[in-house]
Amino acid sequence: MKPYDILIVGGGVIGTAVARELSKYKIKIALLEKEVELAFGVSKSNSGIIHPGTQTPPRSLKGRLCLAGNRLLRSWAQELGVHFKEVGELIVAFREEERAVLQRIQQDAESLGVLGLKIVDRAWLAEHEPNLNPEVKAALYAPSAGIVSPYRLVYDLAENAQQNGVDLFLQHPVSAIRPGRGYFEVVSSGSTVFRARVVINAAGLYADEVARLVGIQDIVIHPRKGEEYLLDKKRENLTRHLLFPLPTPTSKGILIIKSSDGNPIIGPTAEPAQSKEDLGTTDAGLAKILASVQKMVPTIQRRDIIAYFAGLRPVAGDDFIIRHEAALPGFINVAGIQSPGLTAAPAIALMVRDLVRTSGLTLAPKRRFQRHRKPSVHLFSRPLSSARALVRKDPAYGDIVCRCELVSAREIRDAIQRGARTLDGIKFRTRAQAGRCHGGFCTTRIMKILAEELGQPPEALTKRGPGSEIIAKSRDHDPA
Amino acid sequence: MTRPDLVIVGAGPAGMAAALAARDQGVRDILLLERDQHLGGILNQCIHPGFGLHQFKQDYTGPEFADQYIREVEAAPEITVSLRTFAARFAPDKTLTCLRPGRVDAIRARAVIFATGCRERTREMIPIPGTRPAGVFPAGLAQKMMNLEGLLPGRTVVIAGSGDIGLIMARRLTLEGARVQAVIELQAESRGLARNVVQCLEDFSIPLHCRHRITRIHGQNRVEKVSVAAVDDDLRDRPGTAFDIPCDTVLISVGLIPENELLEMAGAAMDLKANTPVVRELGVTSLPGVFVAGNAGNIYDLVDSVTRDSERVGQKAEAYLRGVA
Repeated sequence: MKPYDILIVGGGVIGTAVARELSKYKIKIALLEKEVELAFGVSKSNSGIIHPGTQTPPRSLKGRLCLAGNRLLRSWAQELGVHFKEVGELIVAFREEERAVLQRIQQDAESLGVLGLKIVDRAWLAEHEPNLNPEVKAALYAPSAGIVSPYRLVYDLAENAQQNGVDLFLQHPVSAIRPGRGYFEVVSSGSTVFRARVVINAAGLYADEVARLVGIQDIVIHPRKGEEYLLDKKRENLTRHLLFPLPTPTSKGILIIKSSDGNPIIGPTAEPAQSKEDLGTTDAGLAKILASVQKMVPTIQRRDIIAYFAGLRPVAGDDFIIRHEAALPGFINVAGIQSPGLTAAPAIALMVRDLVRTSGLTLAPKRRFQRHRKPSVHLFSRPLSSARALVRKDPAYGDIVCRCELVSAREIRDAIQRGARTLDGIKFRTRAQAGRCHGGFCTTRIMKILAEELGQPPEALTKRGPGSEIIAKSRDHDPA
Repeated sequence: MTRPDLVIVGAGPAGMAAALAARDQGVRDILLLERDQHLGGILNQCIHPGFGLHQFKQDYTGPEFADQYIREVEAAPEITVSLRTFAARFAPDKTLTCLRPGRVDAIRARAVIFATGCRERTREMIPIPGTRPAGVFPAGLAQKMMNLEGLLPGRTVVIAGSGDIGLIMARRLTLEGARVQAVIELQAESRGLARNVVQCLEDFSIPLHCRHRITRIHGQNRVEKVSVAAVDDDLRDRPGTAFDIPCDTVLISVGLIPENELLEMAGAAMDLKANTPVVRELGVTSLPGVFVAGNAGNIYDLVDSVTRDSERVGQKAEAYLRGVA
């Protein structure tokens, strides 16, 4: 039996943001994640947009939390050493009569409290977004939109939470939750039993299943699939802003996204998924995305695409569901966190903190909370002059493993020492294998470093956890 | 800042042949940069025969062919070799910024030859839809795993595309005990050399499905199967022809892309569709004193042709140096 004050189910951006916020207080916290690494669920497919608060209904919970999150995230990013960049967004209109739609979006956003919005004309666009289709007549400009690396945000949140005493349990799916008097027993990974006074359900796509373990039936997650396609880093300066078409009833449309790593992203689609594992991309999805983004920026070519993936949004109705279950004191649901969930995450964490207080747990601030985390080093984001000093300090920074994205052996080792266990985990943390050769040149070298750091034979190494072993056998070992 | 007369980026067959030819013409200060820990480039993983039939009238393996050049390069006092050295930036004034363990160097050359080879087209570039499980490899990566690292990538394999590397790997995997289920080719006939179709597929009864494509990769964690369909002459799927092939591995052998990102960075005129610099004659880029050799300039079928042409590029670099001296 492992006794805790708080147990968080789910190691995505919501679970880790809540863990980091609650680690400011004198309580014992456990975070359980079913996958082999954090951010391997909904968060890994996030496009990294920090939304300004446009296109969320002004009276909705997600609108309020998006706006608050956009403000909070800046200080969080600074404390965690995550690169946040305010690039601004443009919602574009191709017809004069669509100006009225832009005005309505502007009014809604302003009533929510979004600042700095303005409708810009053709001349402004020609100067500030030169590759935009000249047929765009006007756009709504929201300067407070930004970008961040979604996975690095999760990893850095978790690392900071761990610095402040949070216990992390990976490969710990929850199979049963038994309410007791003033506590819950949470059964995980077969027979491990945790005991906690408060359980926070941040299980993403599986939040409905976790809620059902305690008899809550009214949360149903309908996964909505989004395919996204990454462009070569050579096209980094394709756009200066995030580009949005006019929104549709179910989504913000198909976008041109600047990413924190430099590679533009185009997408996503929005289609009902067949299952919670339905992560396939399709010919139809690609065709739809290309047609849509080429309308906004005609120079985008199919050959610019170097990678693609699909993600699932955990949709549960129109709004976020964030509530303390009065009938089950101590059980807090954080479900249906679709877009703009990444933006809202810090504000959601504060809201959950208040719900924890409501549940009766006393939150006394720690005298020593380590607010700051030493930023990770990414050679690709530095000028080579500063790389020189790094290489002089540690020769392994000059040992380039991934040449497409300029990632050194030292960064790979750092990523593993900080928690990467798989090739995908290394990719998300460092970008190694994420470039135009797609790991063709660096995979074997990364496998060697991973095998060495983990003390495992090569056939035990995986892409993303058990079942995704990379090779069948090695010369020295034959598991078959 | 070091200032050699000639810097050559890449010490595969093209880079080595160009270096030796420039030396033979009288260039005395040549710096040969190689990002790997050995000379020889991709030849080191090509352990099959068929190299050198024209150049040496011999049937060499890749490493044997490379060795003919490596010995000479290593013995040449005019050629300085810098291994594990990665050229990260190239500026129009012919300054290369290079990283290697423990050092970052700026090298300003009087002339530069890019012999940077090529990378493989990936699954992502075709693109093949479906899931993204473990077990999808560029064929050249699978070759490196098997021949240099002693790793068997999978046990039941489908190969997408009939490029030479894919054909060679079909035979190689079969010899190592894997079962190659099929090679799927979009075009009406194989893209590889005729001798490879015979020696690598027909001799091992491996089916080649031309005018077919992989329509989907299946599998949550590891590849489980692929869906395949026949296509018509306009490359559209033919209704009613779809079938599945179970497999745990998919190799992608659908062509090569010359690696010229450094030239592009410095503003050389580029053919963006081929990803090669625009050349007005063999190896001569739009930037004065900047040359391209080997697969970086044009994808070759035979290494014998690579070294033959690269020698000419090495001579042109020498002529340039003489002209500006």
